[in-house]
Amino acid sequence: MSQFAINLLFVGGSFALYIGIAIWSRAGSTKDFYVAGGGVHPITNGMATAADWMSAASFISMAGLLASGGYANSSFLMGWTGGYVILAMLLAPYLRKFGKFTVPDFIGDRFYSSTARLVAVVCLVVASVTYVIGQMTGAGVAFSRFLEVSNTWGIWIAATIVFLYAVFGGMKGITYTQVAQYVVLIIAYTIPAVFIAMQLTGNPIPMFGMFSTHSESGVPLLAKLSEVLVELGFRDYTADVDNKLNMVLFTLSLMIGTAGLPHVIIRFFTVPKVADARWSAGWALVFIALLYLTAPAVASMARLNLLTTVYPEAAGQVENYEEAMAEPILYENRPEWFRTWEDTGLITFNDLNDDGRIQFYNDANPDFADTAAERGWAGNELQVNNDILVLANPEIANLPGWVIGLVAAGGIAAALSTAAGLLLAISSAISHDLIKKTINPNISEKGEMLAARISMGGAILLATYLGLNPPGFAAQTVALAFGIAGASLFPALMMGIFSKRINSKGAVAGMLAGLISTLLYIFTYLGWLFIPGTNMLANTPDNWIMGISPLSFGAIGAIFNFAVAFAVSSATEEPPQEIQDLVESVRFPKGAGGAVDH
Amino acid sequence: MADDKSNAAAYWKANVRLIAGCLFVWALVSYGFAILLRPLLSGIPIGGTDLGFWFAQQGSMLTFIVLIFFYAWKMNRLDEKYGLGE
Repeated sequence: MSQFAINLLFVGGSFALYIGIAIWSRAGSTKDFYVAGGGVHPITNGMATAADWMSAASFISMAGLLASGGYANSSFLMGWTGGYVILAMLLAPYLRKFGKFTVPDFIGDRFYSSTARLVAVVCLVVASVTYVIGQMTGAGVAFSRFLEVSNTWGIWIAATIVFLYAVFGGMKGITYTQVAQYVVLIIAYTIPAVFIAMQLTGNPIPMFGMFSTHSESGVPLLAKLSEVLVELGFRDYTADVDNKLNMVLFTLSLMIGTAGLPHVIIRFFTVPKVADARWSAGWALVFIALLYLTAPAVASMARLNLLTTVYPEAAGQVENYEEAMAEPILYENRPEWFRTWEDTGLITFNDLNDDGRIQFYNDANPDFADTAAERGWAGNELQVNNDILVLANPEIANLPGWVIGLVAAGGIAAALSTAAGLLLAISSAISHDLIKKTINPNISEKGEMLAARISMGGAILLATYLGLNPPGFAAQTVALAFGIAGASLFPALMMGIFSKRINSKGAVAGMLAGLISTLLYIFTYLGWLFIPGTNMLANTPDNWIMGISPLSFGAIGAIFNFAVAFAVSSATEEPPQEIQDLVESVRFPKGAGGAVDH
Repeated sequence: MADDKSNAAAYWKANVRLIAGCLFVWALVSYGFAILLRPLLSGIPIGGTDLGFWFAQQGSMLTFIVLIFFYAWKMNRLDEKYGLGE
């Protein structure tokens, strides 16, 4: 059976499973459509949250970024897990006690203002659409490779499938399909990692293998990797970063963004009790960590495999790297996986010095220019897109065809599950918070469902259009969405619970300050509405204010949000007594009703 | 009613204190050991690198899991102690 047929079998089979579950548990009412009937066990909910959470960014893109950035990109790992600690302690239990459908619902009621609700809807839609752009990028890579079509076609196919899937499912369908997706996703991620860890270190557990001895050379794996990288002018894999401020802010942005993202928070409305919301967050993190603890191992091992594929002599015990690096493989001898990925346009080779060999090194490093010239290298000849690393990983390590098919199914599951959850959050914000609660309170249940489906369609078209020219790799685009959510929604939610003094004016001013400052900073470097070529400054560290990257600005935006909200609230009136009582009552579990009985 | 109020206030105070403790550990392992204090830990080798790197790519995440379960367990006991559970 050809690899193409195996891929189709795995992707098609897993799809049949998800769609089957979605049809079997199809949403019957608006309540089911948004929050799955309110009776989901914490472990089940944790698993579904994990699937919802781990998107194309985590599955496809993150290990690629870790591999290319080494230690400097550890922020992705800490940020996307540490957010759950904040969520479990600062938001989830209280929002569950409050017991409403959506994030704008809480903000609208707590700040007794339809303006606050409206601003929350805007923040939510901006953050979620940005997030979906990242998913489209990742899903596009996956589909283009496995259906052997161009990247553009891959994105359109992904968009169609996500749309059908989210429109017919709704939350109830999604909760159980997401449990199935989690299982597919985690198996698909760990199996190749175990094989590769065995091959390289003899240790079957990737998270330990990463810190063990590299069997072929006899030195620790990370030391070997750094050695080879430095010999090619790249950064030492484990080297410390110079700009710690940016790393701290980036990690913080991702953490508060995690806690402020509507499609994650909405999950905690579906557990039966307040105590379960706390346990749910813990279980979600356990299931997420299974992938996140493996990802750094996948990253380091895949990077080493890629380098030793190009420089086979550098793999073993090397006395003299100068000799080992002199003979990279001949282009005509390139492995099969290399050829197949070339078809997607995500790997490109350009023989600059016409020697028929693949020179792969860091030609942007001025300190390395002399060495390269001595070796007769005329520039880096190999471009590898970061986002292909995880998908190509099993092929690079020569794993059997079924593993490759499994990874295809896992990557697509990751992108689909998150995109569907986000579309649901967007559509509920528009149909429920905007139309039913603000514009037309008399809308029928049917009309509300129709509005939900139309807004899903609109959101996915917009995200797909922007996904064709994304502002970064999947995980970077997603990181921007986190910055936006962290700067706008997280502070409002937290202040709504932890301070009785914040009033509607303060909250509205704060959210706008956070949202607008963050968007301005991002658009300055990445283009207005992410349209390429419209940026005012080049997106390079020299241009960033105090070296703060657009990806990290969410943390600063959140500080603005807090400061403005406090200043405006103290200058204006106290919130009314019944609101202060409401804040008191969300602070303890006693008296919480069913998940959505209101 | 006054008793209820002061009871709820005491519960909230205990909760906030617990959160502060947990978030201190949360910040220490991630922003501390993994980023800002990494140079201080560079003398402690772990499999080809140093302890700070391990905290950045493994240790902080493991600590986060322990923290959430500890908090959930502790809060269940507080809910009971103050009679404010469900």
